[in-house]
Order: sequence, then structure tokens, then C-alpha cells
Amino acid sequence: MEQLLQQIINGISLGSIYALIALGYTMVYGIIKLINFAHSDVYMLGAYIGYFCMTKLNLGFLPSLIIAMILCTLVGVTIEKVAYKPLRNSTRIAVLITAIGVSLFIEYVTMAIAGPNVRSYPPMTGILAKNFDLGGINVTMQQLIILGTTIVLMILLQFIVKKTRIGKAMRAVSLDQDAAMLMGINVNTTISFTFALGSALAGAAGILVGIYYNSINPLMGMLPGLKAFVAAVFGGIGIIPGAMIGGYFIGIIEVLVSGYGNSMYRDGVVFAILILVLIIKPAGLLGKNIREKV
Amino acid sequence: MKKAISIFLVLVFTMTLLAGCGSKVNENEIPIGINYELSGSVASYGQASVEGIELAIEEVNKAGGIDGKLIKPIKYDNKSEHSMATTLAKKLMTQDKVVAVLGPATSGAFKATIPEANKNKVVVASGSATDDSVTVDESGVKEYAFRICFTDSFQGTAMANFALNNMSATKAVVIMDSSSDYGKGLAKNFTETFEAGGGTVVASEAFVSGDTDFNAILTKIKGNDFDVIFISGYYNEAGLIIKQARALGIDAPILGPDGFGAPELVELAGADALNDVYFSSHFSVLDTDPSVADFIENFKAKYGKEPDQFAALGYDLAMFVIDGIRRAGSTDPTAIKDALAATTDFSGVTGSFSIDENHNPVKAVVVVGIENGVHATSQRVEQ
Repeated sequence: MEQLLQQIINGISLGSIYALIALGYTMVYGIIKLINFAHSDVYMLGAYIGYFCMTKLNLGFLPSLIIAMILCTLVGVTIEKVAYKPLRNSTRIAVLITAIGVSLFIEYVTMAIAGPNVRSYPPMTGILAKNFDLGGINVTMQQLIILGTTIVLMILLQFIVKKTRIGKAMRAVSLDQDAAMLMGINVNTTISFTFALGSALAGAAGILVGIYYNSINPLMGMLPGLKAFVAAVFGGIGIIPGAMIGGYFIGIIEVLVSGYGNSMYRDGVVFAILILVLIIKPAGLLGKNIREKV
Repeated sequence: MKKAISIFLVLVFTMTLLAGCGSKVNENEIPIGINYELSGSVASYGQASVEGIELAIEEVNKAGGIDGKLIKPIKYDNKSEHSMATTLAKKLMTQDKVVAVLGPATSGAFKATIPEANKNKVVVASGSATDDSVTVDESGVKEYAFRICFTDSFQGTAMANFALNNMSATKAVVIMDSSSDYGKGLAKNFTETFEAGGGTVVASEAFVSGDTDFNAILTKIKGNDFDVIFISGYYNEAGLIIKQARALGIDAPILGPDGFGAPELVELAGADALNDVYFSSHFSVLDTDPSVADFIENFKAKYGKEPDQFAALGYDLAMFVIDGIRRAGSTDPTAIKDALAATTDFSGVTGSFSIDENHNPVKAVVVVGIENGVHATSQRVEQ
């Protein structure tokens, strides 16, 4: 029982990271039907910006988190403006291939600048290094920070999407771009804003992974990016609460497979889930089947 | 101005031509080839090895060389490229007429030079090519290839013996990097030796290179009763495993291979978590053997820094080949090959060894203990 609780705590920490990345995938897909492969590299950049702030500028966790989120927002918006906007009216496959190109570009530019080696975050001190022992179950302060930051950011996101004008615009554009434009909504600004939100969350995930696992490298975004994508599909791509549920679900499943099955099948099980979802419920857990008219 | 440039160019060309003449074999010199990674991705291995080699040659020449003949090193940079290593090995053997070639440092590049060695019948020897199949494979022993470092998977055997005999462990957990031959070979040898010695491996877990989250497998392991953990992998993942294990309250001793030797291990795991960790190594500056103390002192005097394991292996490699030439009594490459194959009880700074029928050394491993993130203890474990 103790072991199960401990495993679930491990799974929630991991799932928080997936959920944060998945939100960016799902929002962008919801609004322009694009799987933004460069998203997981924005996450990687967030980790590197956090590393730079903490080691070179000697900033604390919170200022580093905010700087990483702001810079990642800029990167996300720039990517959208430079790479995707000129292709707004092209075929979907052209944009998809561009996304893969941008992803590789960011990875290898980072490798050229920062080097291919694994870097480690500075050791956490004081309150950040605390360890709580709750009757045989171990919870680290870093796990609590991950969970806390994720929850705060998700509440903020829900608020923006549901209660603000720009959030309303986002929902409108995702429903029907042309109709939204006719209603006087600035579609370009709305799309940029969506990229900004998603990238800020990815940047936050990057720095959280940095302090939690203490190890970053230029290709760190690849596998978590794929799994976050699975999480987004699992929850129903384009649906924000779906991405959160999907993220936590994938995180916990992964940990349980490693903990009670065979750790070698962990990634296999995650991608098997993707296949099953696509076969049984292609619209995802929270998705509705919308029939396309011919 | 133009004239000055052309005169300069003429001079440069003439000097290159003259330099070309310099490689003619001199009767009073013994040419030895040095084919190392001096630039490129693994330049740090090659540079350190060559520092050790040059120190050894300098010492031998200062003491009068071999039967009055001085050793003349001919050094080339293979740029950490396998094809370049092959080309340079050929050049050293056919044009520079060396009696033996030292290097390259890495297994892949060294393997690439072996066909040239067998074709031209000139010995190639490496100090740090640890891959299991370097000197011997299914088609038999590679006649002209030697190495003086123990193999990767041999460390699994050594650490199993260390756990059984020095730590009196009876139950072990193995965590293996299943994405590399290094990790798999080590885990296999550790498990076999540990169980043959009366111990039980109570759990075996695996990960792949690049993983960062080990909490799940560590929580699973925590439920077992065990004395030691053996991690067969490189520092990138091992550092994170150690950090996460200690955070979960697993305080059993952790054993590992030479992949733990990099300073990055301390950064990744954090000094607080690195207690009761032991890894096998080729060489440690903490070694109290008198020959090691002399070597460290001379190395520091020449280069102003402490030698690492590549430098120590390079030093031993040069001494090993020079010893072979001396015992062969001639500079005939085949005689040198026979002398090297017959080496027994060669005493070097990385331990004394004999060469077995597979052209591998039979030698002790150095087990380094880490306390608070610092290499604190060192002991030689004879096999």
C-alpha cells in the first residue's frame, strides 16, 4: 500500500510535466489544427534559460521561472510569425513539415551554442532541498513545487480561456476561423496569443524538470514531447481539460508499468495506449465525434 | 609585396620538402608511431593518453634508450575519426616504418586500425580500448593487436567479487542500461559472478540511455531486502539514479563501473547524495603504491596537473611496448609481437599484469570509494 502511494506520488510529479507540455500541443491544435512539433523544443529552451538564470545570473527559482516563461513566450510567438504564418493558407502537410524543420533547427542550434553534453542544474539548497517523510512515503519539496506550479498555471489558464475577452476569441477561432473573422475577431492576434500561452507553459515545464531531475540536454524535449502528444490525444486533442487528464494519466501509467511490470515496457505501453485510443475512440476521452459533411 | 609573398611561399615549400626527408629511418633511433585523437569529439582521451606516452618516452630516452638507441615518437592526429585512424596507421607502418603503433584511445578507432596491423605485420596497442571484442572475436585472436586495460564486462566480474569478498554482501540489486553493450555486458558478468559466489540477485531493473525518471523502479526496489546496488551504466543516468535513490531513503552501498569516473557524476547526483558509492577504475591518484607516487610527481612536474586514468594508461602502454622491444632484442615488428604476447608480470602504474592468450591483460582493478562527492578511498582488488 505504501509502495502504491509512493508510486502514485512519483506518477503525479511526472504527469504534471506531461500535462504542462500537452496543454501547448492541444491549444495550438485546437486553434489551427497543427501539431506543433517545435513545442517540445520550446520546453527544452525553457530548461536552458532557467539553467542560465540560475548558474550565470545567480537568480532564485521564482525569478528564473518567470524569465523562462517570458522568453519562451517570445520564442513561441516568433516561431509562429516566422514559420507558420506565411503558410496559413497552405496545405496542412506543408505546415507540419515546417514544424518538424523548426524543431530540428532549435535542437541543433542549441547544440551548437550550448554543446551536446548533459548539463546539471545547481544543487537546490534550503527549503527547496527539503524532504518530507510521511510514514514511509517520501515527498520531496521539488515534487510539491512541480505540483503547485502546475495547478496554479492550470487555474490561470482556465481563467484566461473562460473568463477573458481574448479567451472567448480563442474559443471562437477554434470553433470556426472564418465565422470568427466575420464577427470582427482579429484571428492573427488570437493565434499568436495561443502560441504565447502554450510556450509559456512549456517554458515552465522545462525549468521544473531542470530542478527536479537536475539534468538537461539539447534533445531532452523529444521523448517527453511525444508522450505529451499522446497525452493530448488521449484526453481529446484540442480540449484543454483533456490534456490535463491525459498528462496525469500517462504519468501514472508509466510509473505503474515500471513499478509493477517491467520497466522496459514503459514507453511501449504508452504508445500502445495511443494506438488503442486511435482505434477505439479517435476523438479522445473527452472528445465528441463530429461527423464531417461531404 | 608580391615578391615577398612568393619568396615566402618558396621557402615554405622548400622547408616542407626538407621536412619530408626527415622521416628517413635513422640507425640510432627506434621510431614508434603515435596515432591518437588530438582533436575532435574525444580529444580529451587522446590528449591525456599522449601526455602519458610522451612522459614515458622522455624517461626512457633520458635513461639511455633501448640498448643505446633513442626512441623517436612520430605523432599524428586522427581527429577522432575512424577512417583517419586507419589511414594514419597505414602511413606510419608503410612510410614512416615504425616498429609499433600506439593508439588510438577509443575502441572503435582502434578496431579500425587492426586490419592494417595484421596486413603490414606491425603491432598496434591501445591503452584504453575497453570494448570486449577488440582483440578477439569469433574468428579468433587478432594477431597484431594488444591492449593493456581490462575489458568493459570484466569490471562486472571484479565488482561482484568486491561485493562478495570486501563488503560481505549476499543480496544485490542490478540496475542495467539496456541500451548499450557496455551496460548489458557488465550486468551479465556481475550477475553470473555474484550468483556463482553464493550471492543472490534479488531484483534486476533496466533503463535506456537518456531516461531521467527512475523513481518508479527505485520505489519498487525499495520494497526488497538487499545489501548492495550495482548500476551498470554511464554517469549521465547513474548520477540521477543515485540522487533519486538517496532522496527516497535508499542508503545501501552503490557499486558501478568506470563510467562513474567522470566529474559530471558529482554535479548530477549532488555531493550530499554521493556517499557509500564505489566504482572500478584503471587508475586512481589515491593509490599508495610507490611507483604510482613517482609517476604522479613526474607528471605534475612536466604538465602542472594531476594525471587522469588515460594519462596513466598511456604511460603504461608506452612502457609496455618499450619493454617488449627490449625483450625482443631487435626492432623486427614480428619479434616485438612475440615478445609482447609473452609478457608476464609487467609492473605498471595501473597495476601489474600478464598478457593472456587473447592479448588482454590479467590485472587487478582499482576500486575507488566516494564520500560526500569526493574520491576518498582506493583499493586494489586482485582477481
